[in-house]
Amino acid sequence: MSSSHYLLRKFAFALLTIFIVILINFVLFRVLPGDPVRAVIGRNVKISAEVQQSLREQFGLDKPVFPDQFLMTMKQWASGNLGVSWSLRRPVAEILWSKLWNTILLIGLGQILSIVFGVVLGLLAGWKRKTALDAAALTFSLIAWATPTFWLGIILLAAGSTWLGLPTGGILSPQNVGKPLHTVLPDLAAHLVLPTLTLTILYLGEYMLIMRSSIVETLSEDYILTAKAKGLSQWQILWRHALKNAMLPIVTIIALNLGFTVSGAIYIETVFSYDGLGKLFQTALTKQDYPLLQGAFLLLAVSVILANMLADILYTLLDPRVKSS
Amino acid sequence: MTEPEPLLSVRHLTTLFEVNRKTYACALEDVSFDVYPYQTVGLVGESGCGKSTTLLSILRLLPPNARLSGQVFFKGVDLLSLSEQQMRAYRWKELALIFQSAMNALNPVLRVDEQILEAILLHRLMPREQARQRVHELLDLVGIAPQRGRQYPFQFSGGMRQRAMIAMALACSPSLLFADEPTTALDVMIQAQVLELLKDIQKKLGLAIVLVTHDLGVVAELCDQVVVLYGGKVVESGSVDQIYNSPQHPYTQKLLESFPDLHHPSSTLASIPGTPPRLTELPPGCRFEPRCFARFDRCRHEAPPLRQVAEKHYAACHLLEGKSPNAGSI
Amino acid sequence: METWQRLKRNLSELWQSFRRNRMGLIGLGLVLSALAVAILAPWLTPYHPQQVIRDANGRGLTFAPPSVHPPLGTDDGGHDVWAQLVYGARSSLTVGFLAGFIAMFVGSFLGILAGYFGGWLDNFLMRLTDVLLVIPDLPLMLVLVATIRQMQLKISPLTVLILVIGLLYWTSTARLVRSQVLSIKERQFVARARAIGAGHAHIIRRHILPQVLPLIVANTVLILSTAILIESGLAFLGLGDPTKPSWGTMLNFAFDRNAISNGAWWFYLPPGLAIVWVSLGCVLLGNVLEEMLNPRLSGHHLEGEARILKHGERK
Ligand SMILES: Nc1ncnc2c1ncn2[C@@H]1O[C@H](COP(=O)(O)OP(=O)(O)OP(=O)(O)O)[C@@H](O)[C@H]1O
Ligand code: SF4
Ligand SMILES: [Mg+2]
Repeated sequence: MSSSHYLLRKFAFALLTIFIVILINFVLFRVLPGDPVRAVIGRNVKISAEVQQSLREQFGLDKPVFPDQFLMTMKQWASGNLGVSWSLRRPVAEILWSKLWNTILLIGLGQILSIVFGVVLGLLAGWKRKTALDAAALTFSLIAWATPTFWLGIILLAAGSTWLGLPTGGILSPQNVGKPLHTVLPDLAAHLVLPTLTLTILYLGEYMLIMRSSIVETLSEDYILTAKAKGLSQWQILWRHALKNAMLPIVTIIALNLGFTVSGAIYIETVFSYDGLGKLFQTALTKQDYPLLQGAFLLLAVSVILANMLADILYTLLDPRVKSS
Repeated sequence: MTEPEPLLSVRHLTTLFEVNRKTYACALEDVSFDVYPYQTVGLVGESGCGKSTTLLSILRLLPPNARLSGQVFFKGVDLLSLSEQQMRAYRWKELALIFQSAMNALNPVLRVDEQILEAILLHRLMPREQARQRVHELLDLVGIAPQRGRQYPFQFSGGMRQRAMIAMALACSPSLLFADEPTTALDVMIQAQVLELLKDIQKKLGLAIVLVTHDLGVVAELCDQVVVLYGGKVVESGSVDQIYNSPQHPYTQKLLESFPDLHHPSSTLASIPGTPPRLTELPPGCRFEPRCFARFDRCRHEAPPLRQVAEKHYAACHLLEGKSPNAGSI
Repeated sequence: METWQRLKRNLSELWQSFRRNRMGLIGLGLVLSALAVAILAPWLTPYHPQQVIRDANGRGLTFAPPSVHPPLGTDDGGHDVWAQLVYGARSSLTVGFLAGFIAMFVGSFLGILAGYFGGWLDNFLMRLTDVLLVIPDLPLMLVLVATIRQMQLKISPLTVLILVIGLLYWTSTARLVRSQVLSIKERQFVARARAIGAGHAHIIRRHILPQVLPLIVANTVLILSTAILIESGLAFLGLGDPTKPSWGTMLNFAFDRNAISNGAWWFYLPPGLAIVWVSLGCVLLGNVLEEMLNPRLSGHHLEGEARILKHGERK
């Protein structure tokens, strides 16, 4: 299989998955009880029967669900029109866009920190298998795995705000909202400490475990023995022969973990009242704001799917075996 | 003219593996043999008899559950007395190793020429530019077009990979080459080519080779000396002529009888019923006793020592007792 | 039923080696003790979780610390936290275990079918698991649960949770079982059984199932911990049953009703510890079982050097 063929297949798979997500979204939307017009314009808006009827026609709600309504919805979603939020009375797309960057900031920080520390610690633990370091690393990751994200958040929130005087939530203190970014950086950082720490602790365990088993597997390969027979030192073997091979699967796994990361964002933003997509999702859930909920779901799912596809492409570029076979 | 000094002299090499806290598997016991310069020594025996373990013990590449004792003199230096750091200088520069399966012996994500180059540069044999030139020559020597060195191992066929492995082994001009069943993973045609290449190289470069193989035909063709291992012990050693024309040990005799179908896919030999002993529960007497057609009472209780039966021809069997009492000279 | 006899023997061997594994025993202890608490709940506390504790003047004791109302104080509404915790074990474990078992059944069933029959069915199931793998699970579950609830069907919130978790988490089991079945199918005796005309159902029952069962058991234990964690998460986000609070629901209440700013650690610490207790137990148990079934690599090439014995030194 050539690499372009491979990429094409990955692309087709991503498209298929996005289509399935859209289908799920559409079906769930239709399944909701009550008048679909309400779903489009919101529950509490008072309108007359005639207006309702004209809206009905305008949105194609008098036509059969499939294919007419489906195609129409498709067209709307494709043009970035995700409907209007019931609770916030603003276009869903606009709301999502305004929260997106906060979430990327939080997730990005947490991911980078946990990947860096996780990979390094996992490498050491796997290399020095069966030592105290390895045992400690394993114990830590098992406990981290068994700990609910939101509960760790709650504990760190309680501890950090009581003992360290860190802010209990939000992104900026109220007096700083709206000021230019560079003047409020320390305040922003103080707000980011606890949620980032929570994310990092939780994902660190995961990445450490993966890197550990990956490096153990790599170091058991024959070519490592060849490298040893050549007279290379342990460090030289690790650096030149083991690292790249062991890191390759990590790329895919980090991408697969993005879905998991999204869950983390929902819990942590809820606990720390952090104004991002996760918190928005939770608010939409409690307020039963369906257009917002589904828009957020669509955005989260599509981003994870696309990120997966990008990881596949990256993997192709990194691993010579895929690139030119 | 005086007798040349042996290049490698293995004396009483014993290798145990710690299986669990109290159990040890005795993979090698009291193994002794010599390798002279420019010679090829064949190491033969059934699967699991300790052939690979012998090579890895000499190079000290065994895992930490291994316990080694004895001496391994290489050019007069006991390799087992060196520190790990000192040992590293010997690896590849003096003693190179070709593995059973070249399939996984090359790093899949590094270009072939880089992997050869690495060995040369590591031992600081020459500057980089000159080393690159040498990689080209080496590839050429083993019959690979030098520009294919830019490719990755998976782009090579099995035979080419083994050739590349040989080129890599020759990179530092070692004086001794260990080849652990270099052809088992290959199909018959390619096997012949690779063996031909080894023979060629030996002639051209004049190095000594220790060749591990199942195939007695290969031994007859390539080797000068033969060491026969059974259950971790040397049962017989001597020149090819001695071993093939006057085998002394019952095991060797059976081995030669079963030839040419010795290269059997199953691990036990068709003509010798039974299986080799388990290394964790070895019989107190001769290890071959349960399968031996010539066994007698004494074999059960007493292990036969290695005796000299002719000039540089040794065998370990009670039947040879009268021949020439020379235990311990080797 | 000679194959089942063999299975029984295998399981008893498994138990023999399990008994010597400290991690596994700790895990088993954690899980069993939690189960015992759930079953014995009414005997472990004189209070009902919804009962309001009152002081001498008849006023509700809100946020009473453990020193005032042992063993774990009261919550914002004056309810006994310990009573909520032990009764909460019932909801948490019911949802976790039932969801886990559904996932296990669906996964094993589909895995065996895909592995045994192969062809388009296998292809379809594997693509389906691929798709489920990349759709972020929590948002999907939240949207599903919220929608199902809005439909006002006559099913309890806990049942909705059980079904949604159970029907989304079968993929890993299915993949695992499938690959195991594939390797069993390669082996001789299946081909022999086929050759003498044994039916599919017979082969699956007699030859395949006994061999994949230990693997399924190990995997189920791991799935249980996932199910319990997910349940707690969904409940924390407000999708639990407020009338039958689980540990996740307790944390939801604690968080929403300012237990943190009130310093009521006895309200938010115990439920979380309980969740860690059970899920850690399952993970330990599952890991040990899995390790016993297919032992990982014994070592790698950089673990150290062989020891060289000085002359005369033994071992
Ligand atoms: N690390 C180890 N731990 C325990 N036992 C080992 C270890 N390595 C090898 N052995 C045992 O030592 C014995 C000798 O193995 P070795 O690989 O040297 O055999 P061999 O003669 O090369 O066989 P083959 O022809 O199959 O390659 C075997 O019984 C093997 O099980
Ligand atoms: S010592 Fe006895 S058992 Fe061993 S090979 Fe000789 S005759 Fe056979
Ligand atoms: Mg071998």
